[in-house]
Amino acid sequence: MSTLEILGSLLKEGLLVTVSLTFFSAILALVLGFGSGLARMSKSKIIWFIAGTYVELFRGTSLLVQLFFIYFVLPMFGLRMSAMVAAVLAIGLNFGAYTSEVVRSAVQAIDVGQREASVALNMTRQQMMRRIIIPQAFIRMIPNLGNQLIELFKSTSLVSLITLTDLTYQANVLNGSTLETTKIYTLLLLIYFVLAWPLTKGMNVLERKLTEGRF
Amino acid sequence: MFDFQYAIEIFPTILSALRITISATIVGFILAFVLGLVLAMLSRTKVKTIATITNGVIKFIRNTPLLVQLYFIFYVFPSFGLTLSPFVAGVLGLGIHYSTYLSEVFRSGIDAVPVGQWEVGKALNFTQKQTWTRIILPQAVPPIVPVIGNYFITMFKETPLLSAITLVEILQQAKILGANSFSYVEPITIVGILFFVLSYPASLLIKQLENKLNKKYQV
Repeated sequence: MSTLEILGSLLKEGLLVTVSLTFFSAILALVLGFGSGLARMSKSKIIWFIAGTYVELFRGTSLLVQLFFIYFVLPMFGLRMSAMVAAVLAIGLNFGAYTSEVVRSAVQAIDVGQREASVALNMTRQQMMRRIIIPQAFIRMIPNLGNQLIELFKSTSLVSLITLTDLTYQANVLNGSTLETTKIYTLLLLIYFVLAWPLTKGMNVLERKLTEGRF
Repeated sequence: MFDFQYAIEIFPTILSALRITISATIVGFILAFVLGLVLAMLSRTKVKTIATITNGVIKFIRNTPLLVQLYFIFYVFPSFGLTLSPFVAGVLGLGIHYSTYLSEVFRSGIDAVPVGQWEVGKALNFTQKQTWTRIILPQAVPPIVPVIGNYFITMFKETPLLSAITLVEILQQAKILGANSFSYVEPITIVGILFFVLSYPASLLIKQLENKLNKKYQV
């Protein structure tokens, strides 16, 4: 097989899964991260405890173990799902736990004067969070969220181990049938780099744009 | 559903594979530490080409998945005459991958040392090497110990990836047990618990250390 044919086969079979997996699990992680990050600052002990348990549990074990647990163990309890759903769930839950810490630390880093100002303006707690705290905290989160996104993108390669046809899985299939090992894995590394690099650069640009004249 | 009898039965087998997991973590970490320090110093040299190449290598490694790097080391290196055992390939992949992360940490630590400290080295007529080992590094490393510790835990949690290159660490052992008995519930649950039981207390310990250091350096 020529280099071009290998490249074509990798991209044709695997790219869509890798990209859509990154997209959907990033959204899930963001939602879970914001939810649990804010919940960990809640005054309600129950909410605080649930959010804390979720975060520590998913940060304390490996993503691959979580992936296997969701894909191989949950069906034994009657929860059967496709490899794609299991992958989005595992990656989303795992990175949600890390995002939770990013959200929490950014919110807590907001100057106490901002809270006092909202109280002085007679805002409700909800108004304060929505109009004053979150918009400022979000800008602080951008660099960390960017790093998380790159890590998440790279971790999608793990789904090849639960037989989901992403770039890495397709490379393994090709390797099994053509034995062009050097070409295949070199190309695979390059594809990941070419995809991740603009993501890194893009987040840097976004960060600069948003923080202009702020700090 | 969850068969405790069976779980107790297989526990020792999984535990015996923990030795591999832990030694891969430790050897990989030592490699990452040393290589990370070298990369951090190389990326700061005055020789422009070396610094550029080092930064390029760091960027490339950081922007590609560890799993693919492991495949590359394990499957591609042999075609260049370098056949490695799963353990060596795994440790090499883990060490190289995380050295790029640690190099950033070292760099931040080194950057935090005031410029005046370099001038002191010059004023005292220290050689370049003496300045690094006696003045800069002793001040640069202690404040970043917690961050380095967190990377140690992260690496520990990444070791299951080595199962993909056929190393029998705890996850691979669990999969083998699961395949034999057609029940993945107990072995994979045990692996999850083992990871949590080891990494959670470690992370609490590091948090404590961080608080202590913050007080000491008044960050």
